[in-house]
Amino acid sequence: MDHFPTNWGRPRNDAFDAYATYPIHQRPYNGPKDSFADGVQRTQQPIVTGTSVLAIKYKDGVMMAADNLASYGSLARFKDVQRLHQVGNYTVIGAGGDMSDFQYIQYILEELSIDEISAQDGHELGPVEIHEYMSQLMYARRSKMDPLWNSLLIGGFKDGKRFLSYVDLLGTTYSASTLATGYGAFIAQPLLRKAVEGREDVITEEEARKILEDSLRVLFYRDARSLNKFQIAAISSAGVSISDSMQLDTAWSFAENIRGYGAQTQ
Amino acid sequence: MTIPDMDSVAHPQERRFNPYTENGGTILAIAGADFSVIAGDTRQSEGYSIQTRYAPKVFRLTDRAVLAVNGFAADGNMFVKKVKQRLEWYRHAHAKDMPLRAIARLIQTMLYGRRFFPYYVYNILGGVEEDGTGAVYSFDPVGSYEREACRAAGAAQSLVQPFLDNQIYFKNQQAAQGTSHPAHLPLETVLSIVIDSFTSATERHIEVGDGLEIFIALAKGRTLQGMESIRGLQELTVAEDGERLFVMRRDLKKD
Repeated sequence: MDHFPTNWGRPRNDAFDAYATYPIHQRPYNGPKDSFADGVQRTQQPIVTGTSVLAIKYKDGVMMAADNLASYGSLARFKDVQRLHQVGNYTVIGAGGDMSDFQYIQYILEELSIDEISAQDGHELGPVEIHEYMSQLMYARRSKMDPLWNSLLIGGFKDGKRFLSYVDLLGTTYSASTLATGYGAFIAQPLLRKAVEGREDVITEEEARKILEDSLRVLFYRDARSLNKFQIAAISSAGVSISDSMQLDTAWSFAENIRGYGAQTQ
Repeated sequence: MTIPDMDSVAHPQERRFNPYTENGGTILAIAGADFSVIAGDTRQSEGYSIQTRYAPKVFRLTDRAVLAVNGFAADGNMFVKKVKQRLEWYRHAHAKDMPLRAIARLIQTMLYGRRFFPYYVYNILGGVEEDGTGAVYSFDPVGSYEREACRAAGAAQSLVQPFLDNQIYFKNQQAAQGTSHPAHLPLETVLSIVIDSFTSATERHIEVGDGLEIFIALAKGRTLQGMESIRGLQELTVAEDGERLFVMRRDLKKD
């Protein structure tokens, strides 16, 4: 016996669905419809990607480095990409991972800067605020299962204090006096830690630049998705300065003596 | 007809974004008669990489409540933020700090609220109860909780908890004839057990090391007896008449 008047007189099969439970009854909805919603996909994998970003604290501030490559899988697709981006007067954000998501992040930060400047309340966004904002943003996106597929380094200098922190697609954050993303975490980080740890207040700008260049060189030798064209950003009491693109010198003459892949000598 | 062997049947594979990761580390809390000790190492790692040698995992909530979080660091840090926010709202609404057992229940409801997309965090809440006793509450990621005398959680839990069972609960130990095991241990003994737990865990677990941060919560009116010889002790409370909270830091091996 079917108790529901709305089912009387309507097709049903007493054998397997006497109460007309399938399809499930939905309440009528006559509000605005997004006909695009079914087609929306969430980020499942990064497509055009940047590789490592490096950063260290030095005597006068913070220095960051990244190459100019955006890869399309194994294709070295875009070779003049700027992966270090200035935010306000005190901060630089460097990104590895999906470059389209990084472009979106740049847009968001631009909108944020405009709002903060228009407020004219005497407060300016510094690296601490940018990092907090990005941590919340990245964590919120991962909690919606729709991440911004990036690993970001945020470095800056404001009110006499150096700042350097990491945030990634999961919302994981951490801070140290040397940081590196991607392959840099495996190859460059040991070199950076050896050169910098304990000497943050002693390293000059020149030495910091050399440390980063040497690490980028090793990365160019060993990371198959890297490039020898790079930029270095320095943030100090003098403000933010992102260099023009530079070329890394490399030495490959040892290759002539190589035989085989390992211990082979003939 | 032969029944097909399920292993040889092809099924669709999907590569999906995993919203969790494990950041290593270990936390530990031990309750005394009128104090509570809450400790955690400061290393944060992912896989075989050390992300940083100093990332705090133990946080002051109030003058008498300390929360240690371990598991997935992003969830841990966000969870602490949310708990602190709820405590601030309570403070404004009730003109007093939330009692420890109420904070424990609050943490349960906050964790269970995410039962179907959990905070991947093992929480240990330590501090001083309203009746002046030392307390430790431990939680699982979806809010199951219990008050205990001691608890270790995290990467080296399987190394540390058995040591605590033997040294705090005196399991598998027989007291000398005519005596019984003490119900509570003095502060110096507890601190030694904490430090030894971490140095031992550091030896044998790759995800533990770099630094150790220990919080000590004292009940109201308890003297600083047993704490005179601690080097580098830093007080976090301002007044000297209520509960008092201290923190001390030690190095652990960096390899």
